[in-house]
Amino acid sequence: MFPGRLAAQTDCLACHADKGFQDAAGHNISVDGDTFGQSIHGSLGCNACHADIKSYPHPDKIAKVKCDTCHTSQASDLSGSVHSNSAEHPCTSCHGDAHSIFPKSDKRSAVYPLNVPKTCGNCHGQDGMAQKHGLPTVFPSYEDSIHGSALTKEGLLVAANCNSCHGSHHILSRKNPQSPTAKANIPETCGKCHAGITAHYFEGVHGKAIAAGKMSAPVCSDCHTAHAIEQPTAAGFRMQSTPICGSCHKDKFSTYRDTFHSQLGALGGYVETARCWDCHEAHDVRPKSDPHSPVNQANLVATCGKCHAGANVSFVQYQPHANARVRKLNPALYFVRLFMNLLLIGVLTFFVIHTVLWLIRARYDLSKKSANGGPHA
Amino acid sequence: MPEVQEAPAQSQVTKKEGRFFVRFTRAQRVMHAVLFSTFLGLAATGLPLRFSESIWARRLASDVGGFGAILFFHKLCAIVLTIAFLLHVKDIFTRGIMNREKGIFWGATSMVANWKDAKDLFAHFRYFLGLGPKPKFERYAYWEKFDYWAVFWGMMVIGFSGYAMWFAPFFAHFLPGWALNAVLVIHSEEGLLAILFIFSIHFVNTHLRPGSFPMDMVIFTGVESEEEFKHKRTVEYERLAAQGKLESRLGEKPASWLVNFGRVIGTTAIVIGLVLLVLTLTAYFGE
Repeated sequence: MFPGRLAAQTDCLACHADKGFQDAAGHNISVDGDTFGQSIHGSLGCNACHADIKSYPHPDKIAKVKCDTCHTSQASDLSGSVHSNSAEHPCTSCHGDAHSIFPKSDKRSAVYPLNVPKTCGNCHGQDGMAQKHGLPTVFPSYEDSIHGSALTKEGLLVAANCNSCHGSHHILSRKNPQSPTAKANIPETCGKCHAGITAHYFEGVHGKAIAAGKMSAPVCSDCHTAHAIEQPTAAGFRMQSTPICGSCHKDKFSTYRDTFHSQLGALGGYVETARCWDCHEAHDVRPKSDPHSPVNQANLVATCGKCHAGANVSFVQYQPHANARVRKLNPALYFVRLFMNLLLIGVLTFFVIHTVLWLIRARYDLSKKSANGGPHA
Repeated sequence: MPEVQEAPAQSQVTKKEGRFFVRFTRAQRVMHAVLFSTFLGLAATGLPLRFSESIWARRLASDVGGFGAILFFHKLCAIVLTIAFLLHVKDIFTRGIMNREKGIFWGATSMVANWKDAKDLFAHFRYFLGLGPKPKFERYAYWEKFDYWAVFWGMMVIGFSGYAMWFAPFFAHFLPGWALNAVLVIHSEEGLLAILFIFSIHFVNTHLRPGSFPMDMVIFTGVESEEEFKHKRTVEYERLAAQGKLESRLGEKPASWLVNFGRVIGTTAIVIGLVLLVLTLTAYFGE
C-alpha cells in the first residue's frame, strides 16, 4: 500500500493514520505517515521511540518518549543549560512536532537557520514564557536588527541567528563565565563571523583592557547592543551613539556637547557631524600618544580632512573637547568667554535698569497727564 | 543716519496740526525691514543650535526638516544681511567720503556719539528719578545711537565669527587654532546678547513703552506728526525751525493701507521676537 514504509509503521498507521484519532483523554494521537516517512526519524520503527509498546493491542497509557536514549550528548548538554527543566523545555519545544522532525539543513525544520528566531521567539517574544521568568523580550528587537532583517527579509543564511551566539543545547546565562555571551567571551563570539573587526578591536585600548581582565572596558554589545544591532553608519545609530561612549567618558562627552559638532548633531536630520569614532576610530581606539591613533598630532590633518576639505596644520589646532570654563586648560578661550559674558551681563544690566526706570517714570507722567490727554509723554 | 535729503517738499497741508514730517527715507525703512526680518530668521534658526539640548529646539528642528534645513535658512539670512550691511557701509562711504556730505561722521545729525549724548544720558537718569526735567533730544537720541552701534558691532562680530565657522579651513590660513574654538563662543554669546537686547531693550525703548505703545510707526511709514516730532526730537525741530528748513522736511500723511500694513508686519515681528525671548530665557535658565 505504501512502498518503502516499514512493516512496523504500517501496522501502527492502520489506526493512527486516522486524522481524528483520539485517546481516552481526548488528545489527538494521529500521525501523518507521509510526513513522518520523510522526517529524520522516518527510517525508524514506531517502537524505536515508543519502546514500551511490544504488541497489539497496547495499553491506553504509554510511557513518555525519551529522546536521550539515543541523543545522549545533546541531553547532557541540555541538562547543564538554562533550559535544563525538561518539563518546561521538552525537545519538541524547539524541534517541533515529534513526528515531523527534519534535519536542521532542511527548510521544514524548526531549527533551520531561517526558522530559528521564530522558534526561539515562541518563548522569547512578547508575552512569551521568558517574560514570566523576568527575561527581556528580545525577539522583536532581533527581528528589527541588522542580523534579523538580513535573515528574515533577505534570507541570508550566514546572518547571525540565536544559535550563532548562544549555542543550541548548551545555552548558558551570560553570568556564567563559560557562556559565549559572557562579557569576556563576547569579542570572540562576534569574531566567529566578524574576524577582521575583532582583530582590530584587540589592537585598541578597549580590547587590550578586556584581554587583561579589566571588565569595565566595553565589548561589542556595550556599544552595538546584543539584539537591537543597527547598521552603524545609519542615521539612527549615529544619532544615539555619542551618549554610549559618553556613559563612560563623561568629561569628554560634556566638552563635546559644547561644540558645534554636537550642537548640529543633537538636532537630528543632520548626521554627518563628527561622532566619537569618526575621529577616534570605533574598534581600534588608541591613545593620542600612539602614532597609529587618528588623533595623534601627526595624523590630525588627515583625520579632520576626512570631512573638512582643506584642513591644514593651523586648522587642526582646533580643540574638539575644549573647556572654556577652565582657565588652566584653555586660557585664551576662557578669557574670550569671560569677556563675552561680562559684555552680555554689563550691557543688559545697564539697559534693564535704564528701561525699567524709564517705564516707571513714563507711567507716572502718563497718569498725571491723562486728565489733559497728552499722548506723547 | 544723516539728515534726510530727498524729502518731498510738499506744503499743500495748510492746517498746522495736520502736518507730517519725514524721518526715514524709503531706503532706510526697507533697510530696517530687511534687518529685522533676517534678524528674526537668524534668531529663530540660531537659537535651536545654541540650545540644541532643549525640547523645543528639537521639536522645531524636526518640524522644519532637521538641522540641514535650519542651517540652510540660517546661512541664507546671513548672506542677505551681509549684503544689506555692505550696502549700508558703501552708502556711508559714498556720502561721507566721496560726496563729502556734511553730518555723516560728526554733528547734530550724525550717528557718532557726542558730548550731548553723555549729558542726555545723565539728564535722562535724573529725570527718571524725578531730579530734573526731561532732556530734549536731537535727531538721534543716545539710546538710538547705541542701538545703531550695537547692531553695527554685532553684525561685524557675529558675521565674522559666523563666516569663520562656515569657512573654517580657509580662515585657518591666517587664524590661530584656538581662534576656531573662540569663534563659536563669540558667535553664540554675541548672538545671545543681540537677541536678548533687541527683543527686550529695543522693543521696550522704541516700541512698547508708553508714548510709543504698541509700536513706533515712523519706521514703517517714514513720517511722524508735527506734534510727535516736536515732542520727541525737540532740539532737531527747533534747530530746523530756526534755520527755516522745517518746510523741506514736510511729508504726506501716510496712506491708511501703509499704516495698517506696518502695524501687521510690526506686530508680527514683535510677537515672534517676544516668543523667541521667552524660549531663550527658559532654555538659558533651564541649562
